[in-house]
Parts: sequence; structure tokens; C-alpha cells
Amino acid sequence: MTTPLLELRGLTRTYPSTSGRHGSPLVALDDFSLTIDAERPKIIAIVGESGSGKTTLANLVLGFDKPSAGTILFDGAPLKLTGSREKRSYRRNVQAVFQDPFAAFNPFYRVRHIFNLAARSFGIDKAGSESVEAALNAVGLSGADVLDKHPHQLSGGQRQRIMIARALVVQPRLIVADEPVSMVDASLRSTILAVLERLKQQGISFIYITHDLSTVWQYADEVHVLYRGRLMECGPAQQVIEAPKHPYVRLLVDSVPPLERNDKWLQPVPAPEHPTGRGEVGCPFVASCPHGWELCRSKTPELVSARGFPERRVACHLFDEEPQSWRR
Amino acid sequence: MMFESPSRSVSDEAALQVTDLTIRYATDGGDVHAVEALNLTLKRGEVLGLIGESGCGKSTAAYGMLRLLQAPGRVTRGAVRLEGEDLLSLSDRALRRRRWSKAALIPQGAMNSLNPTMTVGAMFNATMKAHGYPAGGRARRLGELLEKVGLPLRAAELYPHELSGGMKQRVCIALAITLDPVLVIADEPTSALDVVVQRTVVQTLVAVQRERGLSMILIGHDLGLLAQAADRIAVMYAGRLVECAPLAEILNAPRHPYTQMLLDSVPTIGRQADPDRAPGGIAHDPRNPPPGCIFQLRCPMAQQLCRDRAPAWTGNLAHGVACHFAPESTVTS
Repeated sequence: MTTPLLELRGLTRTYPSTSGRHGSPLVALDDFSLTIDAERPKIIAIVGESGSGKTTLANLVLGFDKPSAGTILFDGAPLKLTGSREKRSYRRNVQAVFQDPFAAFNPFYRVRHIFNLAARSFGIDKAGSESVEAALNAVGLSGADVLDKHPHQLSGGQRQRIMIARALVVQPRLIVADEPVSMVDASLRSTILAVLERLKQQGISFIYITHDLSTVWQYADEVHVLYRGRLMECGPAQQVIEAPKHPYVRLLVDSVPPLERNDKWLQPVPAPEHPTGRGEVGCPFVASCPHGWELCRSKTPELVSARGFPERRVACHLFDEEPQSWRR
Repeated sequence: MMFESPSRSVSDEAALQVTDLTIRYATDGGDVHAVEALNLTLKRGEVLGLIGESGCGKSTAAYGMLRLLQAPGRVTRGAVRLEGEDLLSLSDRALRRRRWSKAALIPQGAMNSLNPTMTVGAMFNATMKAHGYPAGGRARRLGELLEKVGLPLRAAELYPHELSGGMKQRVCIALAITLDPVLVIADEPTSALDVVVQRTVVQTLVAVQRERGLSMILIGHDLGLLAQAADRIAVMYAGRLVECAPLAEILNAPRHPYTQMLLDSVPTIGRQADPDRAPGGIAHDPRNPPPGCIFQLRCPMAQQLCRDRAPAWTGNLAHGVACHFAPESTVTS
């Protein structure tokens, strides 16, 4: 077996308690593992609501933050970002695209400035060169149209595509995209995500962080659903979304408004409250789970594989006990 | 003054009638045509979904209707009749009395529009006091309102920073209905919320709307979300209404090519979106719209006729389309 591009093993990040010395620490991400194959590029979706740990995960992978426990292996070697040379070489391989296409630009500079900054940092060609033109073409833009514009002259969708092109010029192997389309019109989301799909075919892997299950269904290869720092379910994106095994994932999928009137959508669901502490024993979803029972409070469910689908894993006692009851 | 009235349901009487509403933004390079001759009608108890891409003028139109536009925006023409009374020609004093008690707004990013220095209870009190709600009934009314939107009573003592996004949104919904208005305009009320929270907030909004028989304009760019609440959908492009029809017709047999493209480009579970069908924003300079059809530069079906002559609105205020080549409607309204 070849060395994976990126391997996360038992990644955990805790923050000190906000309520003084005696409070328990906040577990933002709890024992998360993920492997990205070097040979077969994929779009890997990380799904979860606010506070689920998805941005913590992005920050760890990007090296903005260090895990409290667990390891990150890149190309088989543990990630070490102590010196600026190491940071730069890692950044050449792993790039980021962020959520807000309005905040990511300095309004004083023209678009070419962004590419020139990257050129200076990484010793690559400046704006106007063939490589920058190729990166812009890859996202469906051309240098003549955008390089001399100021950010306010561009639409949100164009800006987000420029951010992707900016990530592309260093020819990375992995791009971490944290909510890249959540601030873009629904009708434009597919245009931007289709770019990711095309780049994947050219050999770039993506960690696509989002809470939009419709785009995950269409564009992602794999999905990992987090809830309050813990992985609830993972597997091939379409399989998981079409027939979720975990009650939380079921709730998420059912909450996506369908493109037709569905009166069931307006029927009340269990309130998504967070009464149980993080990192405590038991399932984090038990308080809102329609199937919660005693075992869910006393024992943390482990990830188990769905029968016949080793790549599909679920952390739910009910699934473990009665797989038959999980047919839709 | 009446603050409570019996539940209402959809009736044929028009609660809101917008005619010829035209809004301009003054810029150095000329006026931006933000909203052009907009006509809308809304029955009592009806929910109208107003959809379009960023920059199409949907929020501007809403602010214009309620006279909340700020310079350099200005209404240059039109009338906004709420229960027969034109909001645009009222005196400032009279308008102030109509706000909240006749027409209320749930602004975009409502979660950041709460006053951070006031508790939730104080905000309700200030609103009720300013509009002459009897002092003795305010506490009871506050309790009722919080219950209606599914918030615990203790929320009254909390400051906005102590509430989650979904709770803040509920506060905004409760504030909007405090004085039992006829019309509520909700401008992308759930745009920054998680999918489950979004669902519960829309459930609350619809429950309140149905119980009070409110007329509501729900603004958004997510057709799936609007479909769960709206009776009719109005589609705007570049400041103009291009189609308005009952929900089922918009979803199943849209007549304007722009509506069709919006529908085709939205990703949905179980149906692939076609990125090539994304309308991709407004193609012309909004200060200088082209003669002819407003959508000609994006339209895959545009002909010479479309470049020469703007299509007239065919149909009535509640149900119609502006396209030279629109097919006949499949439903009667």
C-alpha cells in the first residue's frame, strides 16, 4: 500500500475551560481519524453545525493550531511546522480557501496583488504569467477580465473563484475549503463546486467543510458528520445522505428543505439543544435523540462498520444492537 | 387601540398593493436602477416568496415599501397601499404609528440587529411603550410572545450575547409580531443559521404567520426554503419582476427562462444541479440597463425581438410573466 497523502490519527483538541480553573475543558474535537489517499484524489466533506469542531479540524490540518492529542502525518511523516521553511513547504502542498469572499480581500489592492504576494512568498511566477492565467482559466476566469479590478468590482462568486485560483498557483496537493460557498447565492454554488470537481480530476484532493448536504450529495466522494466534536457517521457521500444510519444524520438530512412543498418539513423536530457536556461519557446526541435509551447515557458509542460496507462507520448503540431497525 | 384580533385566514381582500415602485441609488456615474416599476399584490394571510440573486433589488424593494431606505437610495415613483392607505404619502408622524403596529420587518442578519446593551425584555418594553401599549399588559404580552416563538420566559432577562443564533432569530420574530401587524416582511431570516436551526426557525415563523393570519413577504435566494412557506413566488432579476405565480407552477412549470435557470442550478439531494445553467449574476451595468428585455444578455433563448422591445407583463398582478416567448400558464389563478 502506498503512503497516504494525509493521515489524521485520533486527533483531539481541547480548550481550557471558559468558566475558571475548576470547570472542565472544552473538547472541540474528540478522537478524529481520517486518511486521504495519495493516488486517488477525493473531495472529502466534513459536515456539522456550529460548534461541531469542523473549523477546529481545518485549523489543525492547516497547521494554524496544534492538536492536544493525536498525530497528523503528511506524506507519511509527522507534521512539524516549527521553522518558516517547513511552514512554507507545507503551505505549498496544503492550501486554504475560506468562507467569506468579501473579507478575504484587501480592498485597497487590485486582484493582481494577491497573485504577486503568492509569487513573492513561494518564488513562483507573478500575475500576468502563464501559470497565473492557467489557474484563473481553471476556475473559469481570465486574467484580462479580473487582474486589474478591485475586489468591490467583482461579485461574490467571482471573488471566491479567485481565491481558489490563488490557492491553485502554488500547485498544492490538498486544498482545505472551509464553507467556500455558504455566502454565495444558491444558484451559483454549483458553478463553484464544479470547479473543485474538475480540479480533483487533475489530482488535487479537497477537505470540503460545509453544512450544506445538498452540495455534499452532488460533489463529495466521502462525508464525515461531526456533532459536538465527535464523529457520528462517515462513508460514501451519496450512500450516507440517501440512507443515514445515525439518528442525528437522519435529522440533518430531513432538515434540508426539498425543492417541493413538504408539509412534514414544517412539523416540529426535537430541539437541537446541547444539555450534555462535551467529552463526557455517553452519546453527545442523546438529549435530542428520539431513540435515546439508558445505554446511550452510560456508555460512549464506538464507531462500528455497517455490515458489508467497511468504509461506512456509525457511532450509535442502536445501530450496533439492532441493525435491522435502521432500514428506512 | 386593538392589539389582539381573532385569527385570520387567507381572504380575497388585498392587504398590500405595491404599484409602480421605482427605486434609484444615486452614484457618481449616474443612477443605479435598483427597482424598476415593481407591482405586487398580497392577500390577507398570504405568504409571498420574493426570490432573486444578490443585487437583484429584493431587499431594496422591501426597504422601499416600508420607507426604510437610506441615502443614496430613494423611491422615485410608486405607491405602497397597506389596507388601502399609501405608506409612501403618509407624514413621518403617521408613518411612525404604522410601523410595528401595521407593518414590521425582520431584517437580514436579524441576529446582529438586536441592541447589545438591552435585555430581551427591555427591548420588548421599549417597543410597546413607544407605541402606547398599556403598561399593565406589557409583562403578560411579553410572556405570550416568548411562548409563541418557543423561548423560555427567562430569555427576557438575557442579553443578546447570551443567546444562540436561533434564539436571537426567535426574538426578532417575536418583536415583529409584538403589536400584531397586518404585514411582516422577513428578509432572509435564516441565512446564517445551521440547517436544523433554520428548520425550527422557519417552523416558528410559519406557525406564527398562520395563527395570526399575517400577510408575509419572505425574501430569499433558496427556492427550497421558500417553497416550504410560500403560497406564491415572485422572481426578480436586475430590479424587475420577471415572473410571479403560485408555488406549484414556479416549481413544476416555470414560464420565464430565468426562473427555469434558477431551478436547474440549485443543488438538491437526489437531483443533480447543472452548473452550466447558473444564471451567473447581472450581466449589464445597472446604471444603464439595455433597451429591450432586462434578461437578454443571460437568456439562452434571446432573439432580436428581445433586444428591440421590452416584454410587457402578461397576466394579472398576482400571476403573470414578462417574456415575449412565455408559454401559456398551466394553472388558472
